[in-house]
Amino acid sequence: MSNQEKHWEKSRGLLFITLAIWFVFSIGIFLFGAEMNEVTGPFGYPWTYWFTCQGSLGAFVILIFWFANRQEKIDEEFGFSEREDE
Amino acid sequence: MKGNFIDNLPKVYGIYTGGFIGFIIIMAIAEQMGMSAKAIGIAFVAFTVFIYALIGWLSRTAQADAYYVAGRQVPTVFNGMATAADWMSGASFVAMAGGIYFKGYGYMALLVGWTGGYVLVASLLAPYLRKFGCYTVPDFIGTRYGGNLARFSAVVVLTVASFTYVTAQINATGTIASVALDIPFQYAVYIGLISILLCSMLGGMRGVTWTQVAQYIVLIIAYLLPVFWISNKMGAGFFPHFMLADEVARIGELEQQFGFVKNAAADLKTVPKGLAGITKAHSAVNATPWAFISLALAMMMGTASLPHVMMRYFTTPSVKAARKSVGWSLFFIFLLYSSAPMLATLSKLSLIDPNLPTGIIGKSIAEVQAIDWYQNWNQANLMFVSDFNGNGTLELNEFFMGGKAVVLATPEIAGLPYVISGLVAAGGMAAAMSTADGLILAIANAISHDVYYKIIDPKAETAKRLLVARVLLVVIGFAGATIAAMEIQGILGSVIWAFDFAMSGLFFPLVLGVWWKRANRQGAIAGMLGGLAAGTWYLVWVRTGGSGFLGITQLTFGIFGSAVSLVLMVVVSLMTAEPDKATQKMVDDVRVPSGKTILGKSH
Repeated sequence: MSNQEKHWEKSRGLLFITLAIWFVFSIGIFLFGAEMNEVTGPFGYPWTYWFTCQGSLGAFVILIFWFANRQEKIDEEFGFSEREDE
Repeated sequence: MKGNFIDNLPKVYGIYTGGFIGFIIIMAIAEQMGMSAKAIGIAFVAFTVFIYALIGWLSRTAQADAYYVAGRQVPTVFNGMATAADWMSGASFVAMAGGIYFKGYGYMALLVGWTGGYVLVASLLAPYLRKFGCYTVPDFIGTRYGGNLARFSAVVVLTVASFTYVTAQINATGTIASVALDIPFQYAVYIGLISILLCSMLGGMRGVTWTQVAQYIVLIIAYLLPVFWISNKMGAGFFPHFMLADEVARIGELEQQFGFVKNAAADLKTVPKGLAGITKAHSAVNATPWAFISLALAMMMGTASLPHVMMRYFTTPSVKAARKSVGWSLFFIFLLYSSAPMLATLSKLSLIDPNLPTGIIGKSIAEVQAIDWYQNWNQANLMFVSDFNGNGTLELNEFFMGGKAVVLATPEIAGLPYVISGLVAAGGMAAAMSTADGLILAIANAISHDVYYKIIDPKAETAKRLLVARVLLVVIGFAGATIAAMEIQGILGSVIWAFDFAMSGLFFPLVLGVWWKRANRQGAIAGMLGGLAAGTWYLVWVRTGGSGFLGITQLTFGIFGSAVSLVLMVVVSLMTAEPDKATQKMVDDVRVPSGKTILGKSH
């Protein structure tokens, strides 16, 4: 397998992990919205309510930065990161 | 100032922010000295629009890559701010808190949908489209799949989606200008349009970028300052986001106590059009999982297909910067979106809690009708009370408000000085203008670059291309304003439709263009046109009394459209020949950040 194929395989792996986490926060938890809302969560808000107005939103922000850093590492590992003069 | 403009950006916008805060303080002092509310409103809107126009003029350019992609030198964080302003429309600013106020949990699917989509943008598309080096979204489709028909189909989808969106934004600028400047809506729409064109006409993407950063600063101050102030004034807590749990619980208690009484149809007929009462629980889960998830999903996929968002990431200096920039965009969006439910909570509690001095439920109707702010907003057609049961007391089901009033009127209800209301008007104007700018530019650029230059006259000189681009900008702007002046649809409805149109036609052709090498021209064309047609058919069908299926409504028709698009694209691609070697090599090159862009710097 060529260097480029390995790079793409790893990038695709990262994509699947990212999308899986995304799925949990954007869809997964809302499958159980009614049950989860009975429980008191962070700062005293009901859990589902908190996720819809803050939790999921914040998780997305963190997830994107985490993804960007991981992808940069993968690019460096295979020598595909951009040079400054490009 | 030494050094070039890009290096000095933090300083430039630092001074700008300081200047704006100074202006707010001067207005506050002027109010104390007796300046009228109307004059303050005019000063806020006129001053900020003047600054944007000035930035637009300073950013004028005669170069194609500056006009189309701001010279590809916008730093990560600033591009994040510009995207946030581009993204947060008049609907986000004016209507979001109102929607949450009336509809509660079910409506908050939009909060999740309009943020979660950025994960898709960052991981599936933005870095790869940046590596491609295109000027517009159809530029990517046209080059990846090849052929004028593919390019043209992308322009069609882009135009349908963005035009639906832009009429709503021009409508919003018109609404705010007509309230703040006190002129009829039909004229205010054109004043809004001229302000929008001043930002974008001379500098194209470069002008829009630097005005959007300025507009973000205004809109975020205008949104957060009142939320924090009201929270403190009500004694709800210094930092509302962490401290409103008791208030949320209290609203739940009051809802139990008052109950949601259903009004008779005859009574509801007397309520002015566009106003609504509180009929849904504030924090309780009141939607089925699928209703919530399907709306969120449609908005997320729509986010990743809307060209005016995608093209912001063409302006970063590198692929790496494009990825990080998506993160910053969402961070700046998060600041406002996480505050909207807090504003809705504060606004609702201050109106319905009889224990608070501002509470009106349980007071006598005559008493409420005598309140100054009630009279003002009743006159503006945004508030209404009526004694349906004839007991002389205002009940929860007898109080009606327009969605916009939650953002626009709450500062006044909470007893904040008028300077805050002026600030909010300037913020709403900034939000609507910045989005309208991005959208009009996306349409005009697609037509001027992809239809005129790439298809009709490939030999056109730069000067002629940019002239065509500017003429189109004005034409599209006026077309949008003319339709907006007819007031066919509410602001929020058309915004949601735009997402559905975009995802119906563009989501899979864009994503598979990068992630599926086997995708070819025939498949992409079938996917774009078939998806758009299927989505549009579903919308028309449901609007004309069709029952729909799988719980897909007129707000989520994109789910049906994009599913059709995916199936068509895969089936047609597999039935026809695979893309040639050169195209496959192109896809390989797009997948690595290093090396030259696929399309040249000027093309």
